[in-house]
Amino acid sequence: MPSTADIQAGLGEILEEVAGVTPADATPEKSFTDDLDVDSLSMVEIATAVEDKFGVAIPDDELANIKTVGDAISFIEKNQ
Amino acid sequence: MSTPTDVVVTGLGATTPLGGDVATTWEALLAGRSGVSRITDDWAKEFPAQLVARLTDEPAEQLDRVRVRRLDRSQQVAVVAAEEAWKDADGADSGIDPLRLAVVFGTGIGGALTLLGQDDVLESKGPKRVSPFTIPMLMPNGPAAAVGLAVGARAGVHAPVSACASGAEAIRWGLDLLRFDRADMVVVGGTEACVHPLPMAGFAAMRAMSTRNDEPERASRPFDKGRDGFILGEGAAALVLERADAAAARGATVYARLAGAGATSDGYDLVAPHPEGEGAARAIGAAIRDAGLTPADIGHVNAHATSTPLGDLAEATAIRDAIGEHTLVTATKSQTGHLLGAAGALESVFTILALRDQLVPATANLEDPDDGAAVQALDIVRREARKATFSAALNDSFGFGGHNMALVFTTA
Repeated sequence: MPSTADIQAGLGEILEEVAGVTPADATPEKSFTDDLDVDSLSMVEIATAVEDKFGVAIPDDELANIKTVGDAISFIEKNQ
Repeated sequence: MSTPTDVVVTGLGATTPLGGDVATTWEALLAGRSGVSRITDDWAKEFPAQLVARLTDEPAEQLDRVRVRRLDRSQQVAVVAAEEAWKDADGADSGIDPLRLAVVFGTGIGGALTLLGQDDVLESKGPKRVSPFTIPMLMPNGPAAAVGLAVGARAGVHAPVSACASGAEAIRWGLDLLRFDRADMVVVGGTEACVHPLPMAGFAAMRAMSTRNDEPERASRPFDKGRDGFILGEGAAALVLERADAAAARGATVYARLAGAGATSDGYDLVAPHPEGEGAARAIGAAIRDAGLTPADIGHVNAHATSTPLGDLAEATAIRDAIGEHTLVTATKSQTGHLLGAAGALESVFTILALRDQLVPATANLEDPDDGAAVQALDIVRREARKATFSAALNDSFGFGGHNMALVFTTA
């Protein structure tokens, strides 16, 4: 089971790759859309990459509730 | 004397099989270099036509990673060319109101690499793995939209689609937008990037491509007796247009005046050109009249001449009939290959640089001109570039579908 720090680091890599976010900026309180400038199509790509990397399934209605990096980390932790 | 509707060119950009920018491309063209090579990938081994003119500079190395992910290759090269033209025109510091800045960018095929690549993903991994960027990457207005975002255009973004006349048609639309006062500045151009087995197989099935596989650099030979088809090329070119008075007021460097445009359709066949180039001649005549000139004024023509047996003959007839035998003709596809939807834009860039330098590039590989009376009658520049004195030049472009475009440029 990866630690929270591992998940945050893995998420940071995905955000860098998909949306050009500097990994150090991907801290739990950051909002994807408001702080990190991630648009809706990129969120879909990020969700797919998260599913592959962490072995979780993210249904569309759950994706709509993931607003911050912290939301994503807790979703991964709960569903792994 | 300029009038309020005079339109000038204040910026140029290009990324081509001859170079990653306008200066490198022009230098390579004048030096007689070829952008054509043989495909060495395994898939091409069974193909009748294995030649292609690839970009010298990969767009992925010129754009940031996120844009590369989100843009089809045809959009990437459009953005590279448009950003060069925009910088060349000093667009960012021009004081242009974004609400008065428009984009017209054409493509012949659109995001074919995305369409075909994502179909592979669909077949192998299923619908959930198809990229959410698939549609914006494959839509034919995608390059225009990407350029619009890159320069911040908010007066309108348009995407003419007329096969190999798309780039020239974009320039004509830009001229119209400025004449009708629908914008104060327009970034225009054309783009294409569809080097992939399917388009290659499709064009080859039409018997439209050269099969001179063993002699890549000698394969594109417009107007030559031994021509046997075109070479598929990739790349993009862009121009910045604005009204002459506005350009003068801001102290912009003016390359040339876009003096006139003409457009017709053949109404003859879906893909075959009219044998006497009737529609082509009408487009050329219309462009010259629109520019307020006479055929005698046209000192140079950058021909569409793709190196197909039928097309080159029909065009030679059209040029002879609509302009005359005095004009200096060149066919630069002999070195660049055929950039389809980008061709009209790239060849307009060449036409403008020929005007600026008073120098007509040579038609490579024209060793034994076709016996056709029109080809024999025309003064087609070959062997080396020719110095000449001329104040007006014409670029024509034709597309499958019977589209004919002609553009007249004059010295600034």
